[in-house]
Amino acid sequence: MTMRTNLLRLCLFAALVPAPALAGDDWVPPVKDPLVLKECGACHMAFQPAFLPARSWNRMMDELADHFGEDASLPADKVQAIRATLTANAGDVVGQGRARKYMQWVAPNGTPQRITENPDFERKHRKISDRTWKDPKVVTRSNCPACHRGADQGYYEDD
Amino acid sequence: MKRILAAALVLAPVAAMAAGSAHDLVLSHYAVQAKQADSAFAGFSAQRGETLFRTQWAKGDARTPSCTSCHTDNPRDPGRNAKTGRPIDPVAVSANPKRFTDLDQVEKQFGRDCKSVLGRECTPQEKGDYVTFMTGQ
Repeated sequence: MTMRTNLLRLCLFAALVPAPALAGDDWVPPVKDPLVLKECGACHMAFQPAFLPARSWNRMMDELADHFGEDASLPADKVQAIRATLTANAGDVVGQGRARKYMQWVAPNGTPQRITENPDFERKHRKISDRTWKDPKVVTRSNCPACHRGADQGYYEDD
Repeated sequence: MKRILAAALVLAPVAAMAAGSAHDLVLSHYAVQAKQADSAFAGFSAQRGETLFRTQWAKGDARTPSCTSCHTDNPRDPGRNAKTGRPIDPVAVSANPKRFTDLDQVEKQFGRDCKSVLGRECTPQEKGDYVTFMTGQ
């Protein structure tokens, strides 16, 4: 059995415990903009903007020179175009699917940067074992597609 | 007839170059910069590029002491981003011909990765050496 199959099994087992959510509740609108997919997706999955409010994305685009310790600077025209897409589709703007739950936890003036620190993320992943998190294919909690095969399409219920 | 033959002789090297032209353009860009930085510059070296690739620098991000931290010991193999876990296509040109064909892309990646691994910018000579090594891999 491959490691990947093992990993999926572990995730699957963990996902069986909580009661199934309403249909579509573990879905967010996927990223379709080619520039966002290319630039945000260069080093990690292009996370769906619905997981953070617009003010968080604004802050993130202001601080690309120190992007979680990485210099992710881009030319100004690209920054502007990416910012426009992210803020227009932010969780507090579209409020679709899982975004509503995530936004409930965001302080009125808060500008959280890590999606994985949202209490809703924590709650949905609380049964995931340390062994799964430490799997060499996972590396970090923000590596959604390691377990969620539909993550790129905004589907997080296949785990 | 003589004229046609002469034209063919002149154009032949141009046609031969066209196949690898995208990589050559990137390399010639770095060669110009390397010459400007050091008038004694005498060309790029795949061997120096390989040393750059394999050295454990440990001068930048703790998760990426070496190029091999993400690209593995074999540049023809797929790698994995040591920070994000995202799979990375092979960096060797033989396994991934699109590598080092877009100067903007190449510059962006060196800008990020040299800081992460070496804790500083790479010199034009280092970049050219690295590209030379990878185009031969």
